[in-house]
Amino acid sequence: MNKLSIDFLDLKLKNPIIAASGTFAFGEEHAEFYDINCLGGISFKGLTLNKKDGNSGIRIWECEAGMLNSIGLENPGISSFIKKYKEYAKNIQTIKIINMGGSNLDEYTKGAIMLNKIDLDILELNISCPNVKSGGMAFGVCEDSAYEVTKAVKQKSRHKVMVKLSPNVTDIAAIAKACEEAGADALSLINTVQAMAVDIKNKKAVFDNVYAGLSGACIKPIALRMVHQVSKAVKIPIMGMGGVYTVQDVLEFMMAGASCVQVGTANFIDPVRLKSIINELEQYCKDEDLYLKDIINII
Amino acid sequence: MAIVIQNTPIAKNIYRLRVDCNDNLKAGQFYMLRAWGDNLTFSRPISICDKKDGEAVFVYEVKGRGTKIFSSLKTGDKIELMGPRGNGFDANAKRSVIISGGVGIAPLLLLAKQLKLNGAHITAFLGYREEEYLKEEISGYCDRVISHTGGFITDVIDEFNVDSVFICGPEMMMKKAYELYKNIGCEIFISVERRMACGIGACLGCNIATKSGNKKVCSDGPVFKAKDIFYE
Repeated sequence: MNKLSIDFLDLKLKNPIIAASGTFAFGEEHAEFYDINCLGGISFKGLTLNKKDGNSGIRIWECEAGMLNSIGLENPGISSFIKKYKEYAKNIQTIKIINMGGSNLDEYTKGAIMLNKIDLDILELNISCPNVKSGGMAFGVCEDSAYEVTKAVKQKSRHKVMVKLSPNVTDIAAIAKACEEAGADALSLINTVQAMAVDIKNKKAVFDNVYAGLSGACIKPIALRMVHQVSKAVKIPIMGMGGVYTVQDVLEFMMAGASCVQVGTANFIDPVRLKSIINELEQYCKDEDLYLKDIINII
Repeated sequence: MAIVIQNTPIAKNIYRLRVDCNDNLKAGQFYMLRAWGDNLTFSRPISICDKKDGEAVFVYEVKGRGTKIFSSLKTGDKIELMGPRGNGFDANAKRSVIISGGVGIAPLLLLAKQLKLNGAHITAFLGYREEEYLKEEISGYCDRVISHTGGFITDVIDEFNVDSVFICGPEMMMKKAYELYKNIGCEIFISVERRMACGIGACLGCNIATKSGNKKVCSDGPVFKAKDIFYE
């Protein structure tokens, strides 16, 4: 038996390594570097009902052990995506996760209805993007609105719904519980941490939007704490993320309560990093005679 | 993984890095270079300056933490090269002008070489902030070379009998140079610089607004028709 395989909802994942939304586009670029079907899954670039051009000005900024981004959900819109989806999907034999954001309830439900037309494995509901004004994050920072949008999408969608949570909250466990009560099938966390960078030469904020989303190794301890808190508060499975760069990080997230992990920023350090992590995980589990599913949520 | 053959300063804060490399490449393409661990997240996009037998030559300016690390590399050190990436220049011209600002001269050296191979007439206008570099090398391929240190290179441009113009440098300089040529019916190409995260077209971090919507500088560019970028 494959020591890396994980059950997530009723899906069999080959391994717990999933490409994080926004760092992997629709898979085509990384497919040039390695066989992306070795991954446990892929979360595609976040979609919104209507096309978005994204944010102006500087969009990425390096910081100590991480980065800030202010892409602003640039995407072709759900209907254009659906037209191309067959082409993207035909060569992908792993778990397909479609990430969807929105700026109001109507956009979320309309988007969910349109996505009923295609076959996908999990609909990841982004209620936590910090980079769009009046964007998804507004839903993710309050229990009532998180409940409301999750419930509305669950009612309209035929897919399994995984809600992606924001770390920019006082009590993430309370938000997680609200999503579970609203019918969420799973949770993914954490999205980027709202942050800022300053251009001292020009005496202004680096980003046109002033605030941006922090990711990478520097947020990992926060992400671990939140995954742990949420895992104690809900019964639905968790996809953990936030600064996963190495095998050690994967094991930490799983022990803290995640069934599997998404890897984002590490794709920028090295485009083949996800494949390397999977190879090293195989070796690790062999050496330790360990089945990864046995370490989930043991702390 | 490539090996550093030589890494030496050629002007103040300007270095020439030679590494072993056997790739086929075009002028205007770049590599994502990396000589550090995970703590510094991004690799650095650096244009190819020259290509010789079994080696690639980069000329870069020390601007921040990454390029500072590059400047400390010694012969025999390892450096990661991902590439070549990007579209590059099409070196098809009969009468051409190349215009550089600062370290923007780097990709134009290989371009001049390739233009010369294709039999083009080349006039070069080279702008420098403080001191000249690569002028001698580029002069070997050009019919006329005018350099200018301090001030604006666009102030000394005097060649307009031309079918193709190639520009690389600060965006303001490229725009001013474009203004000089835009009404004479020639093709004008610019090479754009942006911060990059993935360098392969997946993150949209380097996107630029063009006449026909957003484009990725790393994979749709870095070379664009100037009229598609300066369209307002």
